Amino acid sequence: MAIHLSDLAASRVQHFLENRGKGIGLRLGVKTTGCSGLAYVIEFVDELREGDEVFESKGVKIVVDPKSLVFLDGTEVDFAKVGLNEGFQFKNPNAKDACGCGESFTV
Amino acid sequence: MALLQISEPGESNAPHQHRLAVGIDLGTTNSLVATLRSGEAVCLPDEQGCSLLPSVVHFDGRQALVGYEAQVLLSSDPLNTIASVKRLMGRGRDDVKRLGEVMPHEFVSAEDSAALRIRTAGGDYSAVEISSEILKELARRAEQSLGSDLAGVVITVPAYFDDAQRQATRDAARLAGVNLFRLLNEPTAAAVAYGLDRDADGLIAVYDFGGGTFDISILRLNKGVFEVLATGGDSSLGGDDMDHALGEWIIEQAGFTDIDALLARRILSAARSAKEQLSSAGSTTIRIEAPQPWQTEIKREQFEALIEPLVKKTLSACRRAVRDAGVAKQEVAEVVMVGGSTRVPLVQTMVGDYFGREPMNKLDPDQVVALGAAIQADILAGNKPDNEMLLLDVLPLSLGIETMGGLSEKIIDRNSAIPVAKAQEFTTFKDGQSAMSIHVVQGERELVSDCRSLARFELRGFPPMVAGAARIRVTYQVDADGLLSVSAQETTSGVTADIVVKPSYGLTDTEIESMLRASMEHAREDIELRMLKEQQVEARRVIEAIDAALAQDGSVLLDENELSQIQLKRDELQAAVGSGSTEELKNLIKAVEDVSETYVARRMNASVQQALTGKQIDEVDV
Repeated sequence: MAIHLSDLAASRVQHFLENRGKGIGLRLGVKTTGCSGLAYVIEFVDELREGDEVFESKGVKIVVDPKSLVFLDGTEVDFAKVGLNEGFQFKNPNAKDACGCGESFTV
Repeated sequence: MALLQISEPGESNAPHQHRLAVGIDLGTTNSLVATLRSGEAVCLPDEQGCSLLPSVVHFDGRQALVGYEAQVLLSSDPLNTIASVKRLMGRGRDDVKRLGEVMPHEFVSAEDSAALRIRTAGGDYSAVEISSEILKELARRAEQSLGSDLAGVVITVPAYFDDAQRQATRDAARLAGVNLFRLLNEPTAAAVAYGLDRDADGLIAVYDFGGGTFDISILRLNKGVFEVLATGGDSSLGGDDMDHALGEWIIEQAGFTDIDALLARRILSAARSAKEQLSSAGSTTIRIEAPQPWQTEIKREQFEALIEPLVKKTLSACRRAVRDAGVAKQEVAEVVMVGGSTRVPLVQTMVGDYFGREPMNKLDPDQVVALGAAIQADILAGNKPDNEMLLLDVLPLSLGIETMGGLSEKIIDRNSAIPVAKAQEFTTFKDGQSAMSIHVVQGERELVSDCRSLARFELRGFPPMVAGAARIRVTYQVDADGLLSVSAQETTSGVTADIVVKPSYGLTDTEIESMLRASMEHAREDIELRMLKEQQVEARRVIEAIDAALAQDGSVLLDENELSQIQLKRDELQAAVGSGSTEELKNLIKAVEDVSETYVARRMNASVQQALTGKQIDEVDV
């Protein structure tokens, strides 16, 4: 079981954590909402919750709750610029279908 | 594929429910837009990677050009290219007369509106419309950068902006189709960008030295509220003056004599780039492309000697602001640097020496105001937990009402935290008075004539009462943007007047004074005109009475000679009504009365006889 960050994603996360001044890592997860069933969660982590799985990818601690992990296993998180916009993207092998905007998906 | 941002723990929004918000620094020279991405405030660059958008708009009948595209047309098409429109916001024709000398535009003002418009090849545009073009461009950039519609924006304004200028800025936002969360004072935004709103209470000086303007603000942070204690500065002192000082030195050194516009531009741009070099380097080379190319080496010390008088000027404005704030400069806990000119090392050291502490300069001084606005916009968009305190602002000037004798009664004192609402009761001055005129003024002076007039309205139709019996409750309400609405209610009858305050556009103290003086100079004429009108009305009344009487019994009571005498005088009066002076009319009326004296007496007797004829003495009502 594993989740990876791309080089650029890892350096952006490091930067945002430094700028924020606190936080131990990046929480990735899914929640059941959105137009196609599941939506990604991407948050700073200040403290671990019970049952959290912790991975390390390129020096960044990635925290995932066990329920989310089954939907995220094998995912690579990238950081992309599209036109003027920029942000994190999930490349998730578990996702079968995504809504047009890609904010939510089904498995 | 969606591009996601990192949220605070437990605050991930459901898809499509992000509340995107940006802060906009709508500047005199340049404007910026900023937002929070993954917890970090950042300015949003354009396609070329530039954060700054020159506040320049060009109109030629097609789509308006904004920014760099418009800026390049400033020298070739100055009449249709508008820069520094911020200086015109909320200003009327009279204010602009002074500026008109430096702005090349043709100003027109519509009959029905106090707002001024600039004539261009693409039509006439008001300052509000021109600013809205800049806002539209920034909003477009923000929506492209964030991939979604904006929930709202925070726009910054100078702390010294009055109600009319704030209202104009708000109108520009509405016209641009952006939802304005609120206006924020520029120095407050700068302090927020440095996180000072989360620090301990204390005094903060915001030193804002831009391209063309210098502002100093002394703020006091008190329980999460920024009070503006004092503002000062110089609206025509900036980095451009440093370029000119260095430019003059170049001309002197190089011995240029015949300087045309092209050479002048080259010298200035060489001066500017040397200034920028010297912010990091100890010396640099200046090269001028001229018929005889010229170059020289300049040391930072030489440049500093040239600009020291300018920096000293800013420090004396600081000294005044500190004094106005009624504090000692040692009490100032933090000094925040804003504006590109604060990159000059000499500015840093002299300001640091003056306040006796290291100025805060970690953030890009061009961006700091926009960054603070973005942080505030994010809070207002509801992206922060409730325990994040909402930043409050204060009123820069007291708001009052005119009372008998032309005195200003303050209803909301300056430095009250906003939003705020306050009410005060007033009463009538005369018996039977059924209306009251309410005059809203802004300022600290005791006399209304020394304050700024914001609005006038009337409360009408309450029942007449003896003087002092009516109870008129006047409520002043200032919303979070520092904008005012006023309502009045006569409480015994419940009659109310709800008005929209339309700020009267920017009268200066001198103009108000000259208007007052004019009303005094015309006082005599006004009275004389009034007396003439009164005599004309009296003459018409006399003629009508004579005509009616003669028609009734003129031929019975008067012989032919008497009748023609009266007719003659009556006709003379009739002829003079439209043209005669007050004195002539008075004499003619008297002549008519004199000549009719016997006639009037006879009529009196006749009517008495008629009343008594054939009646017993006891039947007569005496």
